[in-house]
Amino acid sequence: MTVVIILSCLIHTIVTLTVYDAFRVKAQTYKKIGGIPVKKTVFAAIFATAAAIAAVPAQARDQINIVGSSTVYPFATVVAERFGRASGNPTPTIESTGSGGGLKLFCEGVGENTPDITNSSSYIKQSQYDDCAEKGIDIIEVKIGYDGIAFANSKAGQKIDVTQKELFLALAAHVPGEKEGELIANPYETWNQINAKLPAVKIRVLGPPPTSGTRAAFVELVMQKGCAKFDWIKDLKKTDKAKYGEICDSMREDGAFVEAGENDNLIVQKLEADSSAFGIFGYSFLDQNSDKLQGASFAGVDITFENIADGSYPVSRPLHFFVKKQHIGVIPGILDFVNTFLSDAAQSEDGYLAEKGLIPLSGDELKAMRASVNAQKVMKM
Amino acid sequence: MTDQNLNAIERMAMVKQERMAAKLGKRYAKEKRFQAYGIVSIVIGLSFLAMLLGTIFTAGFSTFYATEIRLTVTYDQELLGVADMNDESQLAFANWGALVKNALAERFPDVSGRSARRQLNSLVSSVAEYDLKDRLEAHPELLGTTEEIWLMADDEIDALMKKQIDRDAPESERRLNDFQISLVDSLIESGELKTAFNTTFFTNGDSREPEQAGIRGAMIGSFFTLLVTLVLSFPIGVSAAIYLEEFAPKNRFTEIIEVNINNLAAVPSIVFGLLGLAVFINVFHLPRSAPVVGGLVLTLMTLPTIIISSRSAIKAVPPSIREAALGLGASRVQMVLHHVLPLAMPGMLTGTIIGMAQALGETAPLLMIGMVAFIADVPGTPLDPSTVLPVQIFLWSDLPERAFVAKTSGAIMVLLGFLAIMNLFAVFLRRKFEQRW
Repeated sequence: MTVVIILSCLIHTIVTLTVYDAFRVKAQTYKKIGGIPVKKTVFAAIFATAAAIAAVPAQARDQINIVGSSTVYPFATVVAERFGRASGNPTPTIESTGSGGGLKLFCEGVGENTPDITNSSSYIKQSQYDDCAEKGIDIIEVKIGYDGIAFANSKAGQKIDVTQKELFLALAAHVPGEKEGELIANPYETWNQINAKLPAVKIRVLGPPPTSGTRAAFVELVMQKGCAKFDWIKDLKKTDKAKYGEICDSMREDGAFVEAGENDNLIVQKLEADSSAFGIFGYSFLDQNSDKLQGASFAGVDITFENIADGSYPVSRPLHFFVKKQHIGVIPGILDFVNTFLSDAAQSEDGYLAEKGLIPLSGDELKAMRASVNAQKVMKM
Repeated sequence: MTDQNLNAIERMAMVKQERMAAKLGKRYAKEKRFQAYGIVSIVIGLSFLAMLLGTIFTAGFSTFYATEIRLTVTYDQELLGVADMNDESQLAFANWGALVKNALAERFPDVSGRSARRQLNSLVSSVAEYDLKDRLEAHPELLGTTEEIWLMADDEIDALMKKQIDRDAPESERRLNDFQISLVDSLIESGELKTAFNTTFFTNGDSREPEQAGIRGAMIGSFFTLLVTLVLSFPIGVSAAIYLEEFAPKNRFTEIIEVNINNLAAVPSIVFGLLGLAVFINVFHLPRSAPVVGGLVLTLMTLPTIIISSRSAIKAVPPSIREAALGLGASRVQMVLHHVLPLAMPGMLTGTIIGMAQALGETAPLLMIGMVAFIADVPGTPLDPSTVLPVQIFLWSDLPERAFVAKTSGAIMVLLGFLAIMNLFAVFLRRKFEQRW
């Protein structure tokens, strides 16, 4: 507020001085030579608007402020809209900052100018938790459902069945050589070099950048699982953890893996245009484009709503959001919003979140979650 | 001897003439080539523009009409669970969805079974029930009565009507099944389904359901942001330009200021966003996502543009006018305010409008101050959270529902419309008031 007042005072001074002088001039004087006469009304109007802006009183925030994951964004916005329209509360504002960016903003401290809730598509890390704890923030953890990660291509291409090991071999920067303990730069150029049953097309995979929670989950659920299939790498985990991480987490940079940005729609469009390319994105995008795209199956398990819900599709991760306990009761409606998220209308199998592609919590999980939210249970790590 | 000399000179002249003729031919050819290059570049530029506008218009045109379904809705007190229209909590927990479902069931009494009922209910926009809530809140006397009302159809039905879903495709490759299409056909036959101008697009704020999403919130957010920018940057920019041109001594210090202003004009806009976050939000505690902060940040961004164009407008006023005014006994302030400023004003306004148009299309600096967000409520004051038009375009482009592709293009068309109007206004001002000496 202060800055607006200061600035308007400044403008006020300039304007009054100018108006004072312009006052005594008749418009007639310069009509002959053209140009726009500087009338006092022009300045008066500018002054009035500046004064109006300065006069708006400072007010406390009454709408919930949510930041975080771009994967959770399409689901959180649906709930926010319904919460706003049904309850008469202001609709929460939701910024899509990515999971990591969201937690950074969230952990800046307690107070009206920090977010109340952050969405996350990967679980909070110890270091992030410590940052929050340092600022004295009490976090309430809310799990909202599951999201499958699709490895999909255009329906014009061949539908494939892969394992995590095959994907690791296709996408890792370095793969194990013939001798044990030897690493070579990834030599595979076409899919059938890895496994003869895969198509004879060039390996080209479009995926999200490292800031994305989808990428983190893909690395954890596919790359790490795949590289643990090699015994000597698995043993490294115990002896040399840094080296293990380097082998398992680094993706190819020779053009076979392309970072296509946070925009999943862009990946979908590129897949439609190039039937030999594959893409990595959330299940909701596959669901919305099921007439054009097909998801690869993992060891025979197709990516379907049922298979993600019962846990048999291996590449799925829970989605969370974290609530700042100190803000409950200060910013109105936080608990109501969380309860809307966990309501039957949202979470049942034909609820509106399922319609958008989120795999809802099972009955028992949902009950436990509701109980822990309403008891305002603070998470410990 | 002389003859020989003469012959030699004549010969030389002739050779020269031939050479000249050849050279001249080359020069003409060069000129023709140069013109051809110019024409080719213009043609390339225009064809890119045509391609851009073509794709946007073909993709976005369908946004401006929408499919609606007529239902006979009974505002049943028991069904809703509302006894008293003045009780807020009763309204909040009322079963609004039941009204729509009931009306659909009455229209199609033969549909039974859970799955079939679900498909039937999916004909109407899934948040249309809240439109009924808004209507009943505005007219409480309707409680207990029956009326016919047009509700927005679901985005899939809308896509079918706009021929974006292929009826002839095999059922498994279609997002609507045969049963749903048969329901739609029955509605079309009885005239209970129509396509009309999409007023919702201009009256609603953002929504996650494509059929309900509108740009009103973004338009008003853009208006507030630009208002704050104009109110701050115009007087500051013009005052700075006048002082630098007319009053400031020419020394090392003013030179440094000049260089800095020119440099600031080239600074990437995201930098101003970072500055805005650090100063306006973290130090002055202005609200996040508010147009006031957006306006302040964009003020910083447009100030150099306005100062530079205002200075060149002042420079263009001939010195004779200043001398005449001073000669007749005017003070320097009078000379500036009565003579130079009115003559320079058209140029200044043109510069300001171009700066404003630039600010209207900016998203990067707004990212840092929280204006890139899902905000469904239409802002009432510059302190309410809101987005702006280009941000709305960016947000819609990232959503999974396919109908948002058309929305994105539709919003781009609206933004282009505003930009065109602003630039035309700048041209108009120049034409009307510009002076030539």
